[in-house]
Amino acid sequence: MAGMSVPSPAIEQAPAPVPAPLLICEHCDTVYRRRPLACGETARCARCDAVLERHQRLGTNAMLALILTAMLVFVEANVWPIVTLGLNGEKVATTLWGMILAMWHEDAKVVSVLAAATLFFFPLAKMIGMGWLLLFARKGQRAPGFRSLMVGLHYLHPWTMSEVFVLGVLVSIVKAHLYFEISPDPGIFAYAALAVLITIFAGVDLRQLWETLPEHATTEPTE
Amino acid sequence: MSALPRAHELGLIGCHVCGLVCRDTPMDDAACPRCGSALHRRKTASYARTWALLIAGFLLYIPANVLPIMRTASLGDVDDNTIISGVMELWNKGSPDLAVIVFTASILVPMTKFFVLTTLLVSARRGSNWARPQRAKLYRLVEFIGYWSMLDVFVVALLTALVQFGIFSLVAPLPGVIFFGLTVVLTMLASMSFDPRLIWDGRTDDD
Ligand SMILES: [Zn+2]
Ligand SMILES: [Zn+2]
Repeated sequence: MAGMSVPSPAIEQAPAPVPAPLLICEHCDTVYRRRPLACGETARCARCDAVLERHQRLGTNAMLALILTAMLVFVEANVWPIVTLGLNGEKVATTLWGMILAMWHEDAKVVSVLAAATLFFFPLAKMIGMGWLLLFARKGQRAPGFRSLMVGLHYLHPWTMSEVFVLGVLVSIVKAHLYFEISPDPGIFAYAALAVLITIFAGVDLRQLWETLPEHATTEPTE
Repeated sequence: MSALPRAHELGLIGCHVCGLVCRDTPMDDAACPRCGSALHRRKTASYARTWALLIAGFLLYIPANVLPIMRTASLGDVDDNTIISGVMELWNKGSPDLAVIVFTASILVPMTKFFVLTTLLVSARRGSNWARPQRAKLYRLVEFIGYWSMLDVFVVALLTALVQFGIFSLVAPLPGVIFFGLTVVLTMLASMSFDPRLIWDGRTDDD
């Protein structure tokens, strides 16, 4: 991708969008002229090698289907016990919320809040937010609250930690195994599935919706 | 003008939130016309905020390592574990591979973050053009690995909820784990506050 030059008049007024199809590298501020990407292609910055843009393999419908699947898995992951422990015939099982409440009662409220946010509320908000946006995007429309949701999802992005939790469960099983007889329950498989789905979402760049959905599209699609 | 022009050379400014390319403006509180976020050439007070969060994170990382993070009691035998003693226990009791994973997440990743962010802050401030592409890569590495440090926090939480067999066996969290959780959050905020564009803002732009 080659750089380009654009005249730079200093305008003493509110910032206006540049009409040319330009793209600025988020990591080093290099300006590029945008070009369409081939299937599976990734555009990288020639200066700092950061990813500029990825071709989106998934269509809106496929993304929506993925999110609905993730929501089902998420419900399962929260209802089923994650792990069951046995000692002298006695069994103890816990769910994600069991863990969050246990930390609250053990006076580790900070940890309790961190776990509730990064493992429950943020992933849930992310899925609901993306689902809502895509539901309307399917019809070529901007969902109500489009602007604030897009901004909110941008800030939420680094704070979902389901995949770390899956590894944490694995480590816990091994650690507890040093002392007890322990068996993993279905919930952990739901979490593993959720982690895979979340990893796929992480690659989904909803920013394209800013361009593919026009600002005042309230009319019905013309498909 | 160089072959790879940067936004300010062309009188442009990119929105950090939605990516929209706008004409630069002398206005102080300009907002992105598309998403409404404040437009900045660079992240606000990047050096000061990153330093503050990094130092705060480092200060909390000391008690996180010195204080025990977890108490295990088994038939009256009480044992307080620190992060490092937990790693050694995993190693000694026959799970060296997991010991390596926990060591990486709890010790190596936070240390790397402190080291890399400090290096980036100092070198970017000096306008150094030493190893710029490598420093840019290091920044992206730190951003990518940062949240995996939460591993040990989740392990303590899960074991606490699970191992509750009355007087026979129980696991309880100890203050170290709180300091550790806060360290992870602070270092994540620190890496988000650092503006990687500063790496390329040297006195001489040499390419
Ligand atoms: Zn770049
Ligand atoms: Zn914007």
